[in-house]
Amino acid sequence: MANMAQAIRMALHYGESHLGLKDIFGEDVGPPLGGVFTATQGLTTTWNSPLDERGIIGMGIGIAMTGRRCVAEIQFCDYIFNTIDLLKIAGNTCWATYGQFPIPLVVMTPVGSGIRGSIYHSHSFDSWATRLPGWKMVMPSNPLDAYGLMLAALKDQNPVLYMKPKALLRVKGEELIPGEPSDEKELRSMIDAPLGDRSQWKPQWPDLKEYVVPIGKGKRLREGQNGTVVTWGRMVPLTLQAAQSLETQGISFDVIDLRSLYPYDWSMIKESVMKTKRVLFINEDTEVTNFGEHLLRRSIEELFYHLEARPRVLAGKHLPGIGLNPVLEDNSVPQLHDIIHELKELASEVP
Amino acid sequence: MNEKIPLKKIHELMVKSRVLEERLIKIYKSGEGFFWIGGPGQEAFDVCLGLQLKKGRGNQFDWFHGHYRSTPVLVAMGMEMIEGVRMMKNLATDRSSHGRNFCNHYGFPEWNVAPISSPIEVQYSIAIGTAWAQRAEKTQGITVVTGGDAGTAEGDFASCLVWSSRPGSELPLLILVEDNRWGISTAAETQHGDKHIADRGKAFGMKTMIVDGNNAEESWNAIAEAVDYVRTKRKPLLLQANVSRLYGHSSASGASFVTNETDPIKILEDQLMKEKILTEKQIKAIWEKFQESSMNALNLARTEPQPTAESVWDYVYAGNENADWRKF
Ligand SMILES: Cc1ncc(C[n+]2csc(CCOP(=O)(O)OP(=O)(O)O)c2C)c(N)n1
Repeated sequence: MANMAQAIRMALHYGESHLGLKDIFGEDVGPPLGGVFTATQGLTTTWNSPLDERGIIGMGIGIAMTGRRCVAEIQFCDYIFNTIDLLKIAGNTCWATYGQFPIPLVVMTPVGSGIRGSIYHSHSFDSWATRLPGWKMVMPSNPLDAYGLMLAALKDQNPVLYMKPKALLRVKGEELIPGEPSDEKELRSMIDAPLGDRSQWKPQWPDLKEYVVPIGKGKRLREGQNGTVVTWGRMVPLTLQAAQSLETQGISFDVIDLRSLYPYDWSMIKESVMKTKRVLFINEDTEVTNFGEHLLRRSIEELFYHLEARPRVLAGKHLPGIGLNPVLEDNSVPQLHDIIHELKELASEVP
Repeated sequence: MNEKIPLKKIHELMVKSRVLEERLIKIYKSGEGFFWIGGPGQEAFDVCLGLQLKKGRGNQFDWFHGHYRSTPVLVAMGMEMIEGVRMMKNLATDRSSHGRNFCNHYGFPEWNVAPISSPIEVQYSIAIGTAWAQRAEKTQGITVVTGGDAGTAEGDFASCLVWSSRPGSELPLLILVEDNRWGISTAAETQHGDKHIADRGKAFGMKTMIVDGNNAEESWNAIAEAVDYVRTKRKPLLLQANVSRLYGHSSASGASFVTNETDPIKILEDQLMKEKILTEKQIKAIWEKFQESSMNALNLARTEPQPTAESVWDYVYAGNENADWRKF
């Protein structure tokens, strides 16, 4: 099975060959490297940009304004912060011009912790991003969704922030991407660049098929009775693991992978919470003014009388950064044992 | 006088733009608008620019990324006064923003006039994108970006110089700076050690020019040369135009006429009279004609609707897709 980096690469190839994608650019995105996580290896429309994040976003807005399809990459979301006013412009231009200037721009950026990335390669951006009206924002948790969400982003007329959970980029999927060869060795030999000299190398793309994960649609990954857990990105596999381990103890959960942060799948959340009557929102961005808090607020305002336990948020601690030492990192963002603990609390609370 | 320069037309458009701005200031001062900022003092350079752009939609035409003082460019391109008045009065009929944006923050997709937004200098990092598209699509179109002098201290200006001059990927980008020596209340002398902003282009191997932007003929010629260079060589050029700021920074600083700066219209009118192209009487008639049309525009705008309460959600997303989470 493809890993997420390969899935993104294949989606971008599909974009180049079927969806009119004309420019994929950013720092080290083009040859020879093809991206620091290899997500842009072997593509034909990639190019390296100056080391200038503001320039990258400005370039993307300008290209998109002409109606030309592009994907701009910020190498790590830790370095997106000095572009925030340009991100605002990308998000407000359609509205500010009463629909006259849509900005169909895709910005992709690796987010989150889990690779021992220390203070400046562990940031999350999801909660920041949700304060950028006019954008859509998505975060896949597996290769198939990574493929389908990229295709959706490339078809959207709005700016789409595509967040790549960096700890999951090397994780293989459990489902084949339509057109992907079932032998992963074969896939590797077709689309992974060789080590060393790559100047003569060309990928052989599988005959990929269209597969779109609509923006705004979550996915229920587990069914249960004792609570609902809504999460996204890197917290999805951890939450699944936690829910699985608790099932042997007789407590079960609905696990929802939200996939799109905005627009988001409220009807899926609502339906599940009305069934389980308990809800926990998990993500790894810092906990104060966290997007989970918005969902919590809505749960309280709309579902209060259905709830049998306090709704909660489990998120990263409100710290200025994530320390390098594993003890520091593991005590800054939710870990498996934290999730198990919260799930137990959620399920066992007596009203 | 150079026969090829349409000085009478330039003069007329300069007056039209000035009268529009003065009407907008009056609208502000009479309490019918909230804020004024605009381009009096930039008419000579800006009108000559507006007349020399290849106007239309799509990358084969020129893209223009202006700022809040670019009104004369738009007037020269053919914008009617009513557009400025509608925006000043934040009406639903304001075509650029539907009552959402400040006055003189125009955006016209049918002319490739990129939407003007308030953050200083962002147009310089966005302009590289339209220029890139024009380069990639091998069109004859060019991108023109302009802004003030103080803003060149922002990183976006440096981004523009770097990205437009990448070896082998040079952009058809005319980079303008309209230097009025002010950033609100801060004098250029106190912040900028560089002698001429244009000199910064030299470090990037860029052709650079400096022109007296208060002189219509010189501006016309400089723009003609610069536009031709960028269009044919498909390379960037940095052109600095020294201009005036005749009503202060904005309504926040009073928007009163300053008498110690050069008025480009006065200069051109003196020249036109001296060369017997126009008489004083004819000039007066031109001013009166536009004064009347500016009043007509205001009277028309006064009959037009305000945006509705429901319209706040309109076009958060393209095609008016719902963006209100309450409806998800
Ligand atoms: C990024 C940003 N910072 C500050 C402001 C507030 N501001 C508006 S105009 C201005 C001065 C701009 O001076 P200059 O670039 O010389 O242009 P001018 O107004 O003189 O034409 C400032 C500081 C702003 N709009 N954007």
